[in-house]
Amino acid sequence: MAHIIRPYGDTMDDGKVQLSFSLPVPAGSRALEAARRIALAWGFHEAEVVHMAPMSDEFTFFVVYAATQHGIDWDTVEGDRDDSEKPMTMDEINAFIRAHIGRKVVVVGACTGFDAHTVGIDAIMNMKGYNHHYGLERYEMIEAHNLGAQVPNETLIDYAEAHNADAILVSQVVTQKNSHVHNLTEFIELLEAKGERGRFICIAGGPRISNKLAAKIGFDAGFGHGTYAEDVATFIVKKMVQEGRK
Amino acid sequence: MVTNKLNLPKEKIDRARELAKNICAPVLDFIDAHTTVTVERATLRLLGADGVSTEGAPVPNLVVDALRDKMSEGAAVWYANALVQTGLEQGELDRRIAEGFNIATLPMGDRQKAKELAAALARRQFSRIDANRAYRESKLEEFKGRSHSPLLYLIVATGNIYEDVKQAQAAALAGADVIAVIRTTAQSLLDYVPYGPTTEGFGGTYATQENFRIMRQALDEVMEREQRYIYQTNYASGLCMPEIAAMGALERLDMMLNDSMYGILFRDINMYRTFVDQRFSRMINAYSGIIINTGEDNYLTTSDAFEKAYTVLASQFLNERFAYAAGLKPWQMGLGHAFEMDPSIENGILYELAQAQMAREIFPEHPLKYMPPTKHMSGDIFKGLVMDNMFNFVSKATGQGIHLLGMLTEAIHTPFMMDRHIAVETALYVMNGIESIMDEIEFRPDGLIVRRAHEVLDRTLGFMEEVERIGLMESIEKAMFADISRSRTGGKGFEGIVEKGEGYFNPVESMLERSLGLA
Ligand code: B12
Repeated sequence: MAHIIRPYGDTMDDGKVQLSFSLPVPAGSRALEAARRIALAWGFHEAEVVHMAPMSDEFTFFVVYAATQHGIDWDTVEGDRDDSEKPMTMDEINAFIRAHIGRKVVVVGACTGFDAHTVGIDAIMNMKGYNHHYGLERYEMIEAHNLGAQVPNETLIDYAEAHNADAILVSQVVTQKNSHVHNLTEFIELLEAKGERGRFICIAGGPRISNKLAAKIGFDAGFGHGTYAEDVATFIVKKMVQEGRK
Repeated sequence: MVTNKLNLPKEKIDRARELAKNICAPVLDFIDAHTTVTVERATLRLLGADGVSTEGAPVPNLVVDALRDKMSEGAAVWYANALVQTGLEQGELDRRIAEGFNIATLPMGDRQKAKELAAALARRQFSRIDANRAYRESKLEEFKGRSHSPLLYLIVATGNIYEDVKQAQAAALAGADVIAVIRTTAQSLLDYVPYGPTTEGFGGTYATQENFRIMRQALDEVMEREQRYIYQTNYASGLCMPEIAAMGALERLDMMLNDSMYGILFRDINMYRTFVDQRFSRMINAYSGIIINTGEDNYLTTSDAFEKAYTVLASQFLNERFAYAAGLKPWQMGLGHAFEMDPSIENGILYELAQAQMAREIFPEHPLKYMPPTKHMSGDIFKGLVMDNMFNFVSKATGQGIHLLGMLTEAIHTPFMMDRHIAVETALYVMNGIESIMDEIEFRPDGLIVRRAHEVLDRTLGFMEEVERIGLMESIEKAMFADISRSRTGGKGFEGIVEKGEGYFNPVESMLERSLGLA
């Protein structure tokens, strides 16, 4: 039996959602009707425009409550990653490396291209970490090299080669015009051109990065909002052991 | 009028200013003895040099590149010499330079004649700046009392100047007093200023002189319609800091983001380069009547706002000192700070209030630039909107000068039109509702707010004493600002610094120093 789910407002299956958007038309009764019609065109069977405000002569803002009959089968839904798999703690990770790898794991990371945001990659790599979760530099069994931001893909790759890295971390925060996708793609293409894609575990991260997106581009994994060092470290060390990298 | 509610000891504030003076002095000595490629290019721009090659290289760059080994004499005399030697009209000379003519191949003729011509060219551009300033002042007078207090500041950042214009006009109509066009990602690292109108940018729009002009015209239209002055803002920062200041002066911008250390810390631009560039750009801003906005708020994105509050105050003192040294008046110093404490801190909003009131009392004539929460904004736009409005509350209550409206979608994208609309509506609600709040409120002399402000001031003094002891550049190397370390000779643009020679000549610099009383 399919387990169909729909949005819940105040009774099961009422399908209620809240929307806000703007239209490039002047405010007025036609605009009000246009907002309602557009919500219906999206497949809502009921739509009430509860707020309309002019933003300029040509643009109007709306808040709409609408209801949908559409639902999906919960049982067919797969998440970006398996929520039941919990990351190891820092101590567990160090112990795991000692037991199964027997040497320090080398991780090299940077925020690449023109992207100047360091706080994300720092949160993962620097000693201090983030939100009371230590960063990789703090891990006794990990040798972490954080190259900072605005690092060209080539530089990061050269550095990883020179230091015999096990894993490369690439951070991308700016996503306008899909610049993160272009940049991450270039990174993988550069590695492939050198015939070295297989040499490193490649991980992408940033607030708009998902595991699926990263995998599609050719990374081993992607980590988004709310990631901590232990999430990434757990993934790296498990993958190394799984693939017999030592 | 700022009334004192925190009872901060005047001796301590004076002591901080004295420390700032001592800290900046050696840096100012270095600045005096040096010029940079972009200072020379800005000078050429203020002699009227204009145009671009088919490959997109601006004429000022072509000239300065050609004169690389003559830079210690200053580019102005050589550029004027080329005019004298060729007998060409300036526009025609620029066109030939753009086509590849190398002026360094011309011998120096009558040097004195070239210098006089250069000074005359500078005077022509200066009179355009004078007219801009007079126009701004007349409009501010005409529309007196129509602006919001604090000034409401909104950004546009579509990447396309024509799209920016639509959004900027809508924002101004909605109530914004100040419109900033955010620059495209990485423009700060370009060692030239792109040319002409642009429609492609990432996270922002190229700052070009033509884009400035297009936006100015659009904002002036709204100004007339709303009978309210609309301030135009851009970024005199990055590797072309002085050139952007020059362009802003010529196109009547009203505000410029312009920090003495931001480029070093956040864009990894060489520190010597930044220090020299900031001085020249600030003199241009000072002369044009432009209000600068400094970037202390950024420190709080890389270090903790509660713990490192004193670094913000210390930097405000330093920015103030560098600003005075460039001829800026307090009314032109939009010193920066921000509402960036972790929202989970108990009494966090009270600490923000303490910080904002402290800045207000220490810098009473300065139009403080107050930034909204950014780092702790998340995908929860509903909570984010509440955070923004606590910020609106604190800003209004403490009489800040320039108020950057927070966006509920800060963690997601550059602002959508409706994000700005919501920001203005809610801010006006809060600010109108508490118009007179501070006339009604005093702080307990031994209470949390007063104690916090005193503590931050004390820590600032301790910190500045440390910086004085080891030197500003060394302190930057030691990551004492924003938790970011930069080396003296590292970073971008180092190769663009040149020691001024005996006969260094720069008519723009002399005119600025003279009229700003710095000579
Ligand atoms: C701080 C900040 C800055 C600071 C950066 C300081 C620094 N040294 O990093 C400064 C002021 C310099 C800045 C500049 C700009 N910024 Co900014 N900035 C922010 C801000 C406010 C916070 C980012 C942050 O530090 N978050 C905290 C960290 C810990 O979170 P995080 O980055 O998401 O990282 C976590 C995860 O994503 C993950 N993660 C991140 N990287 C990696 C990598 C790996 C391998 C892994 C495993 C995990 C991982 O783990 C981290 C911890 O959980 C955001 C808005 C916001 N609230 O998100 C805007 C924001 C990111 N900036 C933005 C923009 C547009 C810019 C500019 C382009 C603006 C401009 N035109 O000048 C410039 C960038 C210039 C450039 N060349 O890149 C936009 C991006 C829009 C978009 N989607 O494209 C945002 C969203 C603001 C906005 N709404 O417009 N910015």
